[in-house]
Amino acid sequence: MTTKMFGAPIKRREDPRLVTGGGRYLDDLGHTAYEAAFVRSPHAHARIVDIDVTDALETPGLVGIWTHEDLDGPVGENLPLLIPHPALIAPATGFALAKDEVNHVGEAIVLVVAENRYAAEDAVARIRVDYDFLPVVVGLETARTAANLVHDHAPGNISAHLLQEVGDVETAMAGAPHRLSLDLAIERSACMPMEGKGVYARWDTDAEHLTLWSSTQTSTGVRAAVAARLGLPLAKVDCITPDVGGGFGVKIMHPWPEEVLIPWAARLLGHDVKWTEDRREHFISSAHERGQLQEVEVGFDDEGRVLALDVKFWHDNGAYTPYGIIVPIITATQLLGPYKPGAYRVEFWSMFTNTVLVTPYRGAGRPQGCFAMERTMDAIADYLGVDRAEVRSRNFILPEEMPYDHGLMFQDGRPLKYDSGDFPASLAKLKALVGWDDFAPYREQAASEGRRVGLGIGCYVEGTGVGPYEGAHVVIETSGRVNVATGLTTQGQGHQTAFAQIVADELGVPIETVHVTTGDTRRMAYAVGTFASRAAVMSGNAIALAARAAKAKALKIAADALEVSEDDLEIIDGVIGVKGLPEASMPIGTTAVLSNPLRYAFDEAAKAATQFAGTFDPDKPPVADDEEPGLEGKDFYSPTQATFANGMHAAIVETDPVTAEIKILRYCVIHDCGTMINPMIVEGQVHGGVAQGVGGALYERMVYDEFGQLLNASFMDFLIPYASEVPHVEADHLETPSPLNPLGIKGAGEAGCIPVSAVIASAIEDAEGFPITSMPISPGDLWELRQQHDRGELPSLRRTTAESAKEKS
Amino acid sequence: MNTSVATHDAEALVPVHVTVNGAPYGASVPARRLLSDFLRHDLRLTGTHVGCEHGVCGACTILLDGEPVRSCLMFAVQAVGHEVTTVEGCGTIESMGPVQQAFTECHGLQCGFCTPGFITTITAFLKENPAPTQDEAREAISGNLCRCTGYQNIVKSVLRAAEIAGEQAGKTR
Ligand code: FES
Ligand code: FES
Repeated sequence: MTTKMFGAPIKRREDPRLVTGGGRYLDDLGHTAYEAAFVRSPHAHARIVDIDVTDALETPGLVGIWTHEDLDGPVGENLPLLIPHPALIAPATGFALAKDEVNHVGEAIVLVVAENRYAAEDAVARIRVDYDFLPVVVGLETARTAANLVHDHAPGNISAHLLQEVGDVETAMAGAPHRLSLDLAIERSACMPMEGKGVYARWDTDAEHLTLWSSTQTSTGVRAAVAARLGLPLAKVDCITPDVGGGFGVKIMHPWPEEVLIPWAARLLGHDVKWTEDRREHFISSAHERGQLQEVEVGFDDEGRVLALDVKFWHDNGAYTPYGIIVPIITATQLLGPYKPGAYRVEFWSMFTNTVLVTPYRGAGRPQGCFAMERTMDAIADYLGVDRAEVRSRNFILPEEMPYDHGLMFQDGRPLKYDSGDFPASLAKLKALVGWDDFAPYREQAASEGRRVGLGIGCYVEGTGVGPYEGAHVVIETSGRVNVATGLTTQGQGHQTAFAQIVADELGVPIETVHVTTGDTRRMAYAVGTFASRAAVMSGNAIALAARAAKAKALKIAADALEVSEDDLEIIDGVIGVKGLPEASMPIGTTAVLSNPLRYAFDEAAKAATQFAGTFDPDKPPVADDEEPGLEGKDFYSPTQATFANGMHAAIVETDPVTAEIKILRYCVIHDCGTMINPMIVEGQVHGGVAQGVGGALYERMVYDEFGQLLNASFMDFLIPYASEVPHVEADHLETPSPLNPLGIKGAGEAGCIPVSAVIASAIEDAEGFPITSMPISPGDLWELRQQHDRGELPSLRRTTAESAKEKS
Repeated sequence: MNTSVATHDAEALVPVHVTVNGAPYGASVPARRLLSDFLRHDLRLTGTHVGCEHGVCGACTILLDGEPVRSCLMFAVQAVGHEVTTVEGCGTIESMGPVQQAFTECHGLQCGFCTPGFITTITAFLKENPAPTQDEAREAISGNLCRCTGYQNIVKSVLRAAEIAGEQAGKTR
């Protein structure tokens, strides 16, 4: 029997290449290409008065300089609004090169192409741009006052306003025995993949064909966008995703200005052109996320059950809205987590500011929603003096209530309906893992040593695997080699391994014979992209279906050749055999030969197949009417809705009583993403997600000054955690298979980072005894809060007051 | 304003001869050519990656006479007369070095972009400290950024690499 691959923590097949320097990332290609650099706006809001390139024309190595005026046709038009929404009342998108006005520091104004990047930057430095300054809007509070506007067509700086309500919140709130309100804030952060963006374009003058490489999360999307902008038929454009050094969301946005301009310049010049984003460019001209202000009002009963939840929030969408309002919609809907409030109303305003635009970053609005909900749960628990885990469990949706329809519309425009999950079981596992019930003595012990520790918790539900579809193409060669293509891209998720595991099992072939290609429009032209924790669910299932189709064909051919029924056949280790009759068999590659009747026999496999050629029947065509030559399978997977993964995290933190330093002592994760293709890869995703969550909770923020300058646009000042800052993650899994797809998979990519800010806030609050309402939190911030608390400006938690009252009596 | 112009004279070039992964290399490059760009684009050894170009991420770490240095903070001309080791010099697919092998066993990488810098760093570290503790292993990699893995499996890889190197040393002894 072939060893079962699905579910096994096998080593990644891409790794030997990547660890020996054999990876091919964007900037590893095109060594002879011209290179591009950009004049980017140093001002956050200004009118462009004049651009003077005279000095730059003498730059050695210069090839060309272009401004907006030079962009002909669709290349010069506004970049597309990718995801319109009726609530997006005043959308705005920029131009490939700024036209008349700039709306954030970093916006591209002039494209320079030169023999190499050094020369291109020389020319950039010699170009003078004159500006008329306009008033700058930075931060949600300033945006809300609307004293100045980012865009004249967006009064109040509001791009979108959306209200959703389930039940009657007004009445439920009025009737609730207890009410609390919370003011919360989350600051900006960003994906910050170690490899920035990059584009490399090659125009074939003879074939009039564009081949484009982009460090993207959607090659099909980039291809279609570029073809449209350049006025090329789709058939004349291919987009290939090379190895990608991380994405985390920022590379799903498309087309970036550079993705349009680099191919445009390559065609114009008849020469390869490449652009590799540098780190500062990535900070000021890619995308950020997370920034929100939130107001929560909650009404609940004596048990802590939420009767009414009323949430208002303001979402900072930066200068433009090319990716629509996906992020705030996800916050609004996924905020509910594993809970079922009696009535729910959520209203948000998406706001323009003169800062880098905002598109999804791993978690995509969920960390903010989770923060609002979990802070609320902790507040209820504290108010009633009930255990925090207990309050949560009283609000859980129970397994027997699945599927559970919240009555809201999710980001994919479909009902927010949870398919499965066992929240009480997850919580029980988490409590056992972290030692929830034994924490009190641990805290006392620590206190006796002069140490301050706290325990925090956070729960979330994550809609994963959103549609519309993904597809797969499986081709079996005569050698037995299996080529698998799926259109979505890979940025470190190990698709070459996980997808091969699926195919090896479905076909019954050794995994070594399976070769997976992702993100290459030459191999699979129909695809959506890798985001929203959807790759394993969408492509995983499409690949399984395509492999099943190829297998069915192989069995049919083998059954004919061996003159047995298909039901009597099995494929083991790449050999199709008759069950219980070992001598009657043929390699799967032989069925590939038989599937493709050729005039010419040119290899050993073809010769070997002749023995199975069967009897010649002059009345039958070589390829039957309902058949195609070749041993292939192609299929698409398109679900009716997202599948919902969930998880619960707990952390123990220690805060230094003097310096206010914050240290995570333990970090525990229970994670349920349905059946796992490769648990090692899933666990890796969780580790990485938690690390990004820790960065967002304790270290990372985008420091804009009032003029819209990003003051910390380097790795020196934007503090991505090193190994010294990331805790060891203790993870355990629950597998509640999704009933929605053939493999039972739910997505896993984003999960790790979603609840981290909520968990750390919960733990710090528990250690300090006063509420934490704003994240991230640095030692300086915590120290400041202590001062406020000492001055009586910040109330104590009820439970600490109760404890000290107890101690006094 | 189509200001496309003919190519002007390129800047003055300096000959650079260095030993990279045991082999002599020579090329003529501008004096301001970064060592990282020289390795990647002149010698086409693209295993060395560039994540920040300001010395913070460690992706570009190479070994200069055995010592880890950031190749984005050096000019190519400064490497003249020195021995450079890049990730390509730490082993091949057919014969991986202990650190490389450990990374594949422990899932020490995801996107792989930071990995070459970790591999060179750890290779040098294990020469100094062939049997590190878990804390020492974590400390040793605390100058390199990885955005994907959360470092846990990289720490594991350091410890595993020490084991593999130990086993190999035992065999050859
Ligand atoms: S690229 Fe050299 S340290 Fe980041
Ligand atoms: S593996 Fe992607 S940055 Fe480290």
